[in-house]
Amino acid sequence: MDNIAGRKPALIIVTHITVAFIVLLWLIPTVGLFVSSFRDRDAISASGWWLAPFSTEQTFRGRGDTGTITQDGDLFILTGNAFNDPEIAPSFPNREGTIAGFGNSGRSPGEYPPGELADLGDGESLIMDRNGDYVFTLPEDPGDRGPRFYVNAVTPPAFTLDNYRTVLTAGGMGQAFVNTLTVTVPTTIIPILMAAFAAYALAWMDFRGRAFLIAAVIGLLVVPLQLALVPMLQLHFNLGIGQSFLGIWLAHSAFGQPLAVYLLRNYMIGLPRDIIESARVDGGTDFQIFMKIILPLSFPALAAFAIFQFLWTWNDLLIAKVFLPSSEEAKVMTVKIADDLLGSRGGDWGILAAAAFVSISVPLLVFFTLQRYLVRGLLAGSVK
Amino acid sequence: MNPVFQGLITIAIGVGGIFLYFIASNAFLDKVLFPAKGPNASRNINRANTIRPWLFMAPTIIALSLYLVYPVIGSFWRSLFNRSGNEFIGFSNYMTMFASSEFRTAFGNNVLWALVVPSVSTFLGLLVAQLTDKLRWGNIAKSLIFMPMAISFVGASLIWKFVYAIDPDLGVINALRVNLFGAAPLDVLQVAFWNNIFLMVILIWVQTGFAMVILSAALRGIPEETIEAAIIDGANPFQVFFRIQVPQVTNTIIVVFTTTTILVLKVFDIVYAMTGGNFNTQILPSYMMQFMFRDDGRATAVAIVIMLIVTPVMIQNIRQARNEMR
Repeated sequence: MDNIAGRKPALIIVTHITVAFIVLLWLIPTVGLFVSSFRDRDAISASGWWLAPFSTEQTFRGRGDTGTITQDGDLFILTGNAFNDPEIAPSFPNREGTIAGFGNSGRSPGEYPPGELADLGDGESLIMDRNGDYVFTLPEDPGDRGPRFYVNAVTPPAFTLDNYRTVLTAGGMGQAFVNTLTVTVPTTIIPILMAAFAAYALAWMDFRGRAFLIAAVIGLLVVPLQLALVPMLQLHFNLGIGQSFLGIWLAHSAFGQPLAVYLLRNYMIGLPRDIIESARVDGGTDFQIFMKIILPLSFPALAAFAIFQFLWTWNDLLIAKVFLPSSEEAKVMTVKIADDLLGSRGGDWGILAAAAFVSISVPLLVFFTLQRYLVRGLLAGSVK
Repeated sequence: MNPVFQGLITIAIGVGGIFLYFIASNAFLDKVLFPAKGPNASRNINRANTIRPWLFMAPTIIALSLYLVYPVIGSFWRSLFNRSGNEFIGFSNYMTMFASSEFRTAFGNNVLWALVVPSVSTFLGLLVAQLTDKLRWGNIAKSLIFMPMAISFVGASLIWKFVYAIDPDLGVINALRVNLFGAAPLDVLQVAFWNNIFLMVILIWVQTGFAMVILSAALRGIPEETIEAAIIDGANPFQVFFRIQVPQVTNTIIVVFTTTTILVLKVFDIVYAMTGGNFNTQILPSYMMQFMFRDDGRATAVAIVIMLIVTPVMIQNIRQARNEMR
């Protein structure tokens, strides 16, 4: 519809700007994480992620190259290029760069501009050019250890996949990824089937107590899962299931039932009555009607619930913490991130970002490809 | 056995077992118990049809009563016992809990969460739904605002941990503080009271998309004649929005609000991952997790308190559903 604001240019511009602003606000946090996951530790601590596409000045330290030592009267002279220094070279694979400043103390690493002769006291001096060539003049033989120098060098923007490599191989995230999948797939498929039969009965079969059961399902939609934790874990231990994958499959399958039944029943009740009645008249049993008519027609609702259940089990932390063993081999990604990475690796932001991105990549993929069904499901089941 | 392999077997057993159960139980009912032939054929058909719904619902009913109904009673019963569960101590766990200042902090914070998060996310959702409706790129904007719904609360917490980082080269907030205002960097998660708000922002960020999607559909469902009539009568856009559109989606607003409120009472992940409940940011679900595995008596007492808070909403939902069915 051509709304009234559409005819007022000032209002429509304000609308554009407001929405753009909100979208930007909503995106910034995720973009920050995404960009950070491709930067190494030094780059992250040197500049904000919003500067990642630009060159930045980073501080490096090196030692005068004692291999080039020559004696000139009383003085010892070391020459070399800062970008060939073994401590600096790894950041500059081409051995080329631009020096923005140099010095000999870590406190003011860029004290002197390039090309200026720096008098370092005690007869020591250092001069360094923009391209990194330096001449160190010393009053004494430095021996094997060359004198320290510091440089501020302009570093080109650098992105790396190292964080992902570390996370997937060394960090145990690979195992956690597999575990998450192991929890998620069975608990997405099995509850749908259970619930579909029940939903059909609640939608199309007449029996006493139907209204009560529907009310019960709606009531159970909001029961906090916190209640189930202690008694059910106890029961699992008594039954010999304990904390295990079997336990979490059972738990997730059961916890998904209210929403599944609610969504599917709401959908099935809207299917045309004529189809079902004529099938009955033709002698179809309820089982046949369900399998051949209801189930195929309910595909959108089944898909909607499957997406919900998948996202919910993939993203769940609470149930996984309680119903899975706390050993390293059984950790799912959410537990891994919340308990291990956020605690011990608190300082290594690149690794954290990569781990988070690994864990949210699959839901995001599902979300963007199947958004249509998700929205439909939300609209049908907005009680939970 | 490798859990992946075990998982595949579970899928096979689960799916196969469910089908087998339905086929076998229906066949048993129709062929053995009440065969549709012989002298009592018609009576048998009727009897079979009164039992069949219960066959269809049996797995769900068992799962629900075991995992959601029994725990309400089981948790309450457990909360009347001491830490190791061998001594009946009546309501002593509740007394200790109500007397502890941490519980009162958690309860107070939770009330704050339950007021702020639903109101702000519903309001923002309504705003975005209305604004994007008129834009050509509205669907893209909606999709991007909706996106955090797919991210786990743990993932969202981590994302915001970056935003709130103290290092001005990492945290956007401190970067703005330092570079624009020249102030010293600050750990926003330790600022008393406001840290609660900063944690709520994370949930608002996640939930606004939900409110937006539902309210957007509701706004589109409004009969156009009402809006056109208002425009012809000379109403300005704000009047159209607040006097014509909003009153017609009030019911949906209430549904979104209560749904988000229920969610707020269940989510422990954000507080757990961001502050661990320190700096006076505890809320009831995270407070419960403190006792989980340590003192089940007190953990279940907290769970019962959460249940009691949720109960009015539950009753309201059931009542409304019954009215709609009539």
